[in-house]
Amino acid sequence: MKTVEAHGETTYVVEPAELIETATRLRDEEGFDFLSDITAVDYLGWGDLGVSGYIGTSQGRDINSPMTQGFQVLPEPKPKRFAVNYHLLSISANPRRVRLQTWVDEGEPVPSVIYIWPTADWHEREQFDMVGIRFDGHPNLQRILLDDDWEGHPLRKDYPIGGEPVRFSGEE
Amino acid sequence: MTATAPRRTGSPIYEGSRIPHPIPTVLKTSPELEATGDILTINFGPNHPSTHGVLRLVVDLYGEDVTGLAAVIGYLHTGFEKNMEAKTWWKAIPYSPRIDYVSFQNNEYVFVGAVEKLLDIEIPPKAVWMRTALLELNRIHSHLVWLGTSALELGAISMFWYAFREREQILDLFELVTGYRMHTRYFQVGGLAEDIPRGFYPEARKFCEWMPKAVDDYETLLTRNKIWLERTEGLGLLSREDAIALGQSGPVLRASGVDWDIRRQEPYLAYHQVDFRVPVFQTGDVYARYLVHMAEMRESVRIVEQCLDRLERMEGEPWIADDRKVVLPPREELHTSMESLIHHFKIVTEGFRVPEGEVYFPIESPRGELGCYLCSDGGPRPWRVKFRAPSFVALQATATAMTDALIADMIAIVGSLDTVMGEVDR
Repeated sequence: MKTVEAHGETTYVVEPAELIETATRLRDEEGFDFLSDITAVDYLGWGDLGVSGYIGTSQGRDINSPMTQGFQVLPEPKPKRFAVNYHLLSISANPRRVRLQTWVDEGEPVPSVIYIWPTADWHEREQFDMVGIRFDGHPNLQRILLDDDWEGHPLRKDYPIGGEPVRFSGEE
Repeated sequence: MTATAPRRTGSPIYEGSRIPHPIPTVLKTSPELEATGDILTINFGPNHPSTHGVLRLVVDLYGEDVTGLAAVIGYLHTGFEKNMEAKTWWKAIPYSPRIDYVSFQNNEYVFVGAVEKLLDIEIPPKAVWMRTALLELNRIHSHLVWLGTSALELGAISMFWYAFREREQILDLFELVTGYRMHTRYFQVGGLAEDIPRGFYPEARKFCEWMPKAVDDYETLLTRNKIWLERTEGLGLLSREDAIALGQSGPVLRASGVDWDIRRQEPYLAYHQVDFRVPVFQTGDVYARYLVHMAEMRESVRIVEQCLDRLERMEGEPWIADDRKVVLPPREELHTSMESLIHHFKIVTEGFRVPEGEVYFPIESPRGELGCYLCSDGGPRPWRVKFRAPSFVALQATATAMTDALIADMIAIVGSLDTVMGEVDR
């Protein structure tokens, strides 16, 4: 387990295989009884030129550094394509928050934490629906916000805005 | 007309856990009942007037008893998070209030606050206090909409008109300050978009004087009303442990006896400098949630008054940070200063840059823990925006709270969770 401190927040980075063990320990021994949120992030194209750039320059980064046109600052590379973040809270007199983070590549599953925090049910379904992360052991891993027969996962970086499969009634 | 004695502190609301297994959000009809052949499955919604938006509940009925329940959501999904990834930080701000159109300013603040946390920028005191005042006015507004519609659904029609009368006054205050009644876009990264107009203070004072009397009136109508008590007491139970396990927050959590409020426990803005109580009730039913809402409105008025005391002494102070890389320069400088013109042009066309990193920023919205997760790659647009929507989580408790309920109580129970479908589906 790796601990990262940034912006006043603590992040524990674990391998997917250690996730259940770490989560159980955090809940039972360190008092993190409240799961606030699960967020998956797609880092496809992270640091590539042009992905998060702005219109008008080809390599838009660090736009406020004078005369650089954004050439010199690139973000830290990431270990894998997807990060899954669990935001935990300890409801006590001395509240603490941590972020539990695990990294997976396309197609790799993450173990479900639904039996540790029941509230993970819809959070995991939403991240499956939107980012396409598979949560192993979830008893009802279906799409939640989009139609059951929707194609693709909209919050992935390779899914364009306006990229919905348009269907017309009566056409197959 | 007797108000029942509140349950003793510490005694459990019910024994054990009622969270369904294996799927925590789906109440399944037992096979024995299923075998009787008398189970009727109906679709409640998505377009029923008392579903608080477009919520669909698939309900199994055995006579009047609800034996199975599953909530189906997503009818209002509009892809806010995806859209915000394509906008600059600056242009993404108007999206956030529209996610929860009832507590719009809280949603606006959570996004702006998260960006400020990434930027590590200091906010002038006037903006801090004004934001606190507006967030609390917005909390009253949200509670009023909840109170009016929930009471309306249970037949207390007059309540709706009274609640919306005061709501109108709050919207007038917002209009006075920001020019808009809803979705005000008044919070700017770094402070406020404009100075506070002078007429705001006396008008807000008038409202603060009036509002506690209005809450008294509401309580006269409902708190000891026999019909209201019968429709709300002992219904939709959530124990302390189940509420925490299901991630409930805000009034629902406090009605289940958990003394938890982010404003007090992890203060943001000026909440550590104002005096307010956190109402906690022990019975975990619909009535307790109602009492929490009522008490919170009174506390919010007190907070607004304390903010006004401070703000009135801040005439002439800056309302936005003086950081030219993030904040638009004052309008009048554009005619005389080349630098200001360049900054203005850069911020408007390209947006400002936010340092690389990720943050989770939680606030206490009227509905509970509203969190904003932001990820930046150092560019002018968010890499990922995620809202931890309290309504989304609250709806997960429907199955647990509906254990052994009647179909007629479903409206009261679902209503008491105070969900806004825009926020559920985002």
